[in-house]
Amino acid sequence: MNKNTPFIAVCVALLVGLVLPLATGASAPGFYVEVLLGGLMAGVLYSLVALGFALIFKASGVFNFAQGAMVLFAALAVARLAERMPLWAAILVGIVIMTLLAWFIERLVLRPLVNQDPIALFMATLGVTFFLDGFGQTVWGSDIYKIELGMTKEPVLVLQNLFQGGILVNGEDFVAAIVAAALVGGLALFFQYTPTGRALRAVADDHQAAQSIGIPLNRMWVIVWAVAGVVALVAGVIWGSKLGVQFSLSQVALKALPVVILGGFTSVTGAIVGGLIIGVGEKMAEVFLGPVLVKAFDLAGGGIENWFAYVLALVFLLVRPQGLFGEKHIDRV
Amino acid sequence: MSATAAIPTLLAVNGIEVIYNHVILVLKSVSLTVREGGIVALLGANGAGKTTTLRAVSNLLKGERGDVTKGYIEYLGKRIDGLTPAELVKRGVVQVMEGRRCFAHLTVEDNLLTGAYTRSRAETSAGLERVYEYFPRLKQRRASLSGYTSGGEQQMTAIGRALMSRPKMILLDEPSMGLAPQLVEEIFEIVQNLNQKEKVSFLLAEQNTNVALKYAGYGYILENGRVVMDGEGRSLAENEDVKEFYLGFSSGGRRSFRDVKSYRRRKRWLS
Repeated sequence: MNKNTPFIAVCVALLVGLVLPLATGASAPGFYVEVLLGGLMAGVLYSLVALGFALIFKASGVFNFAQGAMVLFAALAVARLAERMPLWAAILVGIVIMTLLAWFIERLVLRPLVNQDPIALFMATLGVTFFLDGFGQTVWGSDIYKIELGMTKEPVLVLQNLFQGGILVNGEDFVAAIVAAALVGGLALFFQYTPTGRALRAVADDHQAAQSIGIPLNRMWVIVWAVAGVVALVAGVIWGSKLGVQFSLSQVALKALPVVILGGFTSVTGAIVGGLIIGVGEKMAEVFLGPVLVKAFDLAGGGIENWFAYVLALVFLLVRPQGLFGEKHIDRV
Repeated sequence: MSATAAIPTLLAVNGIEVIYNHVILVLKSVSLTVREGGIVALLGANGAGKTTTLRAVSNLLKGERGDVTKGYIEYLGKRIDGLTPAELVKRGVVQVMEGRRCFAHLTVEDNLLTGAYTRSRAETSAGLERVYEYFPRLKQRRASLSGYTSGGEQQMTAIGRALMSRPKMILLDEPSMGLAPQLVEEIFEIVQNLNQKEKVSFLLAEQNTNVALKYAGYGYILENGRVVMDGEGRSLAENEDVKEFYLGFSSGGRRSFRDVKSYRRRKRWLS
């Protein structure tokens, strides 16, 4: 038996699960596409949070538990600042704030802990999480705030001639997806082609060797935390405009965890693809698998969305621990 | 010494003591000098302190929880012991670490380009051409991931990468490690070449005493964190003690191993 067989089996099972509702006629094509799009939209946001994780893990080997708190903090900052200035200015100031935050974290948390156990650094980011959650509320307040992106929230019907009854699409979701895609594309170019991006990849590979050839580690860390902060800000603004800026936003980070496991901790592509798979997967499971379970086992049903991602991540840990796009160890033998 | 006194000193290490983890004393007052355009070899067995000395100069000790607790290091007449590795690279001191340490997931060319982080764009492309001139093999392999290249190619990548920062001085740690004898000679030929054509000075740590002394103008022998002997490369190679303990020759020709214990002389130095 090939060692990839279990992995291939899982992928096939996922694909079958994806097309089954349509193939068996359990759902109307229009509705199916709507669920699919809804899943992709949620997936884009998971991807953005997971992207922050992957960036920091790649460059500094730190598992940044505080990514979710950064999302909340950034969204709070933008929401409150937007009350006093135009939104674009609030976002710019937000970016400055996240960069400053990155600098502070590097100075006060990472630098003193250099070369400690990964678990020590992980615990430190846990501390940063609680600090940011609390500090954010101290500075910005703890109510639910709104971010108005100035777009219509009314869903529009499209493709009426292709599907019976058409498809309901949220215009805002499309803009969000485009922004996320642009951000990801920009980051990919930055990492591949600029000297700083190349240096960041070098640091990710072997930070001591990178240091020995004159790459300033501390500055690299600030850069990567600032980039992760900006990614968090984008995720926070988009998410906040959909659901309102509130404490539960920091819980998104918990959804990003299965995403990075699925995609691979060190991979930017993995974060994107993993996010989309999880987003689509959990929506599909909720809408189409739920009723089946209810009928077959006489369960109460529902709630699949809450655990689906974790079970999927667990399965991936078993069949492919490095994730879909994770780096394999290159070893000379 | 008097013959070389006219050549200005590039690097002077003065009585440094290095302690790891606040308790482990590794270097006990090591001093050495590298003159401009010189190749200086640091010789000694495992754990003698060669790598530690290099790391003290390039200030990479922090990562291993080491500290220079006494003594000082001067480069071009100025103290450098407080500078970060990045600042040192900017001033022209770069280290090639033991075991090559190429970025395995980057291509050979990307590896080389990372070395030019401290340099401008124009200098970078000129530097790349220069490295490919010295290492034509790397030009052929420029697009492959360096993790999949051979040991010799990785060593060339590592030296080339250091060269990209336009150094005045390269600290070369165990260039011969894990390489076939023929490749070792090739690497040392390149070192000599760089030394003569590019005027790069080298301080190299090496266990392969034989090759090192063939190419080095001056050598220091370290034992247990002390310099026990130093001298011109040729005179060290002819020294009876060095021959006996490092080069594997004995004064009386071949002997039976049965006699080895009784015949083995004591070293004439204290360590």
